[in-house]
Amino acid sequence: MATHKLVIAGFGGQGVMLMGQMIAYAGMLEGKEVTWMPSYGPEMRGGTANCSVIVSDKKISSPIIVEATAVAAMNLPSLIKFEKILKPGGQLFMNTSLIKELPTRNDLEIYQIEANEIAVALRNDKVSNMVILGAIINKTGIVKQESIEKVMEKLFSGNKAKLLPLNKQALTAWEA
Amino acid sequence: MSEKVLMKGNEAFAEAAIRSGCRYYFGYPITPQNEIPEYMSRELPKVGGSFVQAESELAAISMAYGGAVAGGRVFVSSSSPGIALMQEGFSFLCSTEIPLVILNVSRGGPGVGGIQPGQADYYQATRGGGNGDYHLIVFAPSSIQEAVDMMEMAFRVAEEYRNPVMILADGLIGQMMEPVVLPNPIPDAVREGILKAKPWALTGTKEGRPHNVVKSLYLKPEELENRIMEMDLKYQKAKEQLVRYETNRLEEAEVVLVAYGSTARIAEEAMELLAEEGIQAGLIRPISLWPFPYEAFDKIPEKVKAVISVELSRGQMMDDVKIGSKGRFPVGLSSRVGGILITPPEIAADVKKVLGVER
Repeated sequence: MATHKLVIAGFGGQGVMLMGQMIAYAGMLEGKEVTWMPSYGPEMRGGTANCSVIVSDKKISSPIIVEATAVAAMNLPSLIKFEKILKPGGQLFMNTSLIKELPTRNDLEIYQIEANEIAVALRNDKVSNMVILGAIINKTGIVKQESIEKVMEKLFSGNKAKLLPLNKQALTAWEA
Repeated sequence: MSEKVLMKGNEAFAEAAIRSGCRYYFGYPITPQNEIPEYMSRELPKVGGSFVQAESELAAISMAYGGAVAGGRVFVSSSSPGIALMQEGFSFLCSTEIPLVILNVSRGGPGVGGIQPGQADYYQATRGGGNGDYHLIVFAPSSIQEAVDMMEMAFRVAEEYRNPVMILADGLIGQMMEPVVLPNPIPDAVREGILKAKPWALTGTKEGRPHNVVKSLYLKPEELENRIMEMDLKYQKAKEQLVRYETNRLEEAEVVLVAYGSTARIAEEAMELLAEEGIQAGLIRPISLWPFPYEAFDKIPEKVKAVISVELSRGQMMDDVKIGSKGRFPVGLSSRVGGILITPPEIAADVKKVLGVER
């Protein structure tokens, strides 16, 4: 496996930090080297937020991503800001429920995901981030689906355990 | 050893401090280290410790001084402008030889500056921002694992030298997450032994011993000079025994980068980029910033064309790089400031500029 360099961006409240942490956690469970780096600052619900996740077989030197292998854009400002850091041929995941525009580049592998509609069909629009997360792991192979499910089992325990089936379902809800 | 956990740098610092036997934390909120007081406020009471949110950084360091004088393992953390406010306390702690561990999760300055990562507190940390002839012992981690391992060592060194130890991190180390193996908590018996090994501590005489006196006021110059010369012996010993650094690919290098903390990681990636272009770069990574590892520079082969200080400040560490280089090599600077992290391609471009090559 090569080194995966993924940027996930959206607005505060969409769960982009959590998506990145789950991938980093899953990578660690697989014995990989991982780093997770958030944007931080005056972020708040509704503001912009992003995180950088690197998963590799080799020791990771810089946790900062200069050239991404994949970008997940959860809203339009994120697409505008981050499509340019993708390497040629890089994978772009777009939440087309919120992004009606197309990227300006034509050298990318693009996946359009109507995440909010898919989540609503599952009767909970809060899992739209898990729908995109499922698409990312399915198409990039950054971590295995079983590993993410293991992470979910750790996250959704105790009185949150009832949320586990819905989140697992969201992970495979998008079909290319 | 416990299993790997995924932790944010700030939380790892806090957990490592508790496992190192710290039971007293005093602080005041400031980005980018707020996870530390948050963690301490939640976790310290569970182990019988005390968390106090002071009304200011000066109050926090003064409370920490009090706790440390009484013999506790005390930890304070802040970020650049907050650390600036604590400088008076640092000078007093050095003067009275009181151990303390200080963490600076630094950000861009001067003034209030910004909240993104910076390394512009290098002078403040290594040259002292308080008054008088004193030094902080300063260590800089470049990964969360190293940060965690450094914490217990920092307490031990602080106690052995009876001097505050600063861990100089930055917003990147504080905010990022990495897998880390946490050290086992030190046993209760060891923790209780720490206080007993501090005969100078103000623990109450219980009418069984003479009063201990902790003071920094010496009105007779001869007494003060003696005091300073005693402290200086300690600092000379520190220069012999506390130097820590790593080198990477120095032997085959034609150019040597010097970088500490998170910048060292970025420099390592720049070395890969340069190698792809046929330029062999080596790295000196100072881990102790005071005492600075000047001797590492004696290992640089004569054929090296330049030594470049890579830092998120305008040539502060470069002064030490020049001292270490002893005029043997031209010294250059590669830097971004104001909270902007330098990128590997920027470092590589600076190296090529200094070498005068376009390959």
